[in-house]
Amino acid sequence: MIRAGVLAIALLTAAAALAHAAPAPNDAAIVGTAMPATLAEFGFFADAPGQVPAARVVPYRLNTPLYSDGADKLRFVYLPVGAQAKAGGQGLIDLPVGAALIKTFAFTENGQRRLIETRVMLHRADGWIALPYLWNAEQTEAKLALAGAKVPVVTPAGEAIAYRVPNKNQCKECHGVEGKVIPIGPKARNLSREWLAGFVQAGMLDKAPEVAAPMPLWEDGRMATAEAAARAYLDVNCAHCHRAGASASNSGLDLRWEQTDAKALGVMKRPVAAGRGAGNLLFDVVPGKPGESIMVHRMASIEGGVAMPELGKATVDREGLAVVERWIAGL
Amino acid sequence: MRLSGESCKRRCGLTYNTVSSTLARMRLHLLAALALGAVAPNAFGPALAATHSVAPGDGAQTRLQEALILAQPGDEVVLGAGRFAIDDGLSLDVDGVTVRGAGMYATVLDFTGQTGSGEGLLVTSDQVTLRDFAVENPKGDGIKSKGADGIVYQRVRVTWTGGPKETNGAYGIYPVESAGVLIEGVEVSGASDAGIYVGQSKGITVRNSIARRNVAGIEIENSRDALVEGNFVTGNTGGILVFDLPSLPVMGGGNTWVRGNLVAANTTPNFAPKGNIVAGVRRGTGIMVMANDNVLVEGNTLLDNPTAPVMVVAYPMKFDDKTYNPYPRNVTIGANRVDRGGYDPQFAGKDMLLAAFGGALPPVLWDGLTQPGTVAVRVDPALAGWSLNLTAQGGGLDAAKPGPLKVEAPLAGATLAGVGAPAGLEARLVP
Repeated sequence: MIRAGVLAIALLTAAAALAHAAPAPNDAAIVGTAMPATLAEFGFFADAPGQVPAARVVPYRLNTPLYSDGADKLRFVYLPVGAQAKAGGQGLIDLPVGAALIKTFAFTENGQRRLIETRVMLHRADGWIALPYLWNAEQTEAKLALAGAKVPVVTPAGEAIAYRVPNKNQCKECHGVEGKVIPIGPKARNLSREWLAGFVQAGMLDKAPEVAAPMPLWEDGRMATAEAAARAYLDVNCAHCHRAGASASNSGLDLRWEQTDAKALGVMKRPVAAGRGAGNLLFDVVPGKPGESIMVHRMASIEGGVAMPELGKATVDREGLAVVERWIAGL
Repeated sequence: MRLSGESCKRRCGLTYNTVSSTLARMRLHLLAALALGAVAPNAFGPALAATHSVAPGDGAQTRLQEALILAQPGDEVVLGAGRFAIDDGLSLDVDGVTVRGAGMYATVLDFTGQTGSGEGLLVTSDQVTLRDFAVENPKGDGIKSKGADGIVYQRVRVTWTGGPKETNGAYGIYPVESAGVLIEGVEVSGASDAGIYVGQSKGITVRNSIARRNVAGIEIENSRDALVEGNFVTGNTGGILVFDLPSLPVMGGGNTWVRGNLVAANTTPNFAPKGNIVAGVRRGTGIMVMANDNVLVEGNTLLDNPTAPVMVVAYPMKFDDKTYNPYPRNVTIGANRVDRGGYDPQFAGKDMLLAAFGGALPPVLWDGLTQPGTVAVRVDPALAGWSLNLTAQGGGLDAAKPGPLKVEAPLAGATLAGVGAPAGLEARLVP
């Protein structure tokens, strides 16, 4: 926790120091109605291939991240001059119109970082819009890829896969709640206190949000309780769909961090529309028996129609699976 | 700068697909679409509607998905005749778009090589029309429309070409959480759950469609105001199911009319993965009503459904959802044509049962469970029936004491109001 906090503060400071020298993002591109054809038009980066942010573009990390085939992720939040985010309890930080979230996915090849895609979320007057930008092979430019793409990569685990850049609709499949596109990641409970304090200090957040139970740092998972690690993992990786108002609401499964009803979390819950995804199993989560739990069965699959999550990954997250198995085994 | 905990220090490799030509094409589409949007944003009128034609062949998947993204309300995406090889899920999220092909045997979206997504085509926008094309061998569901109000499926086919298999996808045509669903003239076969499945929706018509060789032919689940009419439902494990299940966001299913269907030879052994509710459907079930309120079943022709041509039951399992009503209420089994009853019922002790009832079970089966103060089921006196005479919901079949059915006759002029899809959807059908 301390290590991450120090890193976050250092980055915030670095971003602030860059503010004078770095170019500023193009607010017109962010709040306009067009879908810019290249990432460069936004001006989010002083050096885009190097992922060096422009002024007021602040890097952040999540305590527990979404699994994306082991991709490295570089996350940034941008607020225009004069704008300030508002703390909203443990949930999403309320980012005003004009704000943007930027997330670059990269894999390391022969010691060299290769950028695959940069996804941007733009808060426009009529709501958020999510757009995917695909980096070229030369690593010089990222272009809008509305229909998504497939990029052959070898994951850190050594698996050769066709990595999927989501199309614009698929962005919404995860980011949609009640028909609107919203951010997923920057929830106060999944950001370090130190980073939040730094954001306040920089004048970009009105106050430090009150978070009773922050999510554990993923790399320190062994120090977290099995429940905290698993529940954080399920929230971050599953609950954007498995909650009321979202893509998998009809399943009746609600895997959000704040959910307290065991049945809603899948415990001895029968599947509804799982189809063959259920395998020959009867319940989503069988206490003490990960091997009999549909949740584990689906997380351990890469087969279309069975694999969960349905989008955003082509490989099994072994570490995530182990965390969930440990939780179920201890129930 | 390394910010993330998901470090990648091992040897990785990657190359890129050629995307430049695709992107160039996309920009042209994009400019056209944006120009249109600038003239008349959200125009539904045909005057400004554009047609996006997509032919099969190289890059068809990308071209089709681009068209589905860039279409504006009122536009048509027109699929050419032929076979489209698709290896990922397709999706549509624009209101008021029509996707149509050259016919449900002429235009085929072939998902045999699909590697991602939970369905073939996903629709998440309102007032969409799907017509005259087929989806074959999707890995998960065929066509799912979620939160997609006012959807019309006309002459759409979903087929798992290898016939009934547990590894087939669950649902063929799958509208869920929607208000206003019209399904007309579709064909679905091979679904390992339900061929045509309407869930958690209201204002529904399923008409003149064919469901064959699925586990369940047609299933109306946790839904209200449905009309299931004039369908041919054959070769399934169970024909037409009207269910309500607990612990779901939408419950209280009912006000459903099942009439004029041909429900024949539903004799395929159950091939559903066993965790699913339909895995409990017995081979040879014709029309089954479970835990619903106000269901009218009449004018159907039921031939060769050897467990039970008609079955009315409470939800059979224990549950802890206090807002859920597990009983059938006000179910009317009116005049239906039935060839014979349950001549080969899938029940333990069937030989004794058959002997007790003179060789075949009477056509209507009720489990005997009633919510106090309500009438579970009324049955046309011309149809004989039998009851399991269960006394406790969730108590299993061991307590059954089978005997002849003794229930009231249907009320005179029994009818249902307000069933079926809104008239505006009917107007979107074409000859």
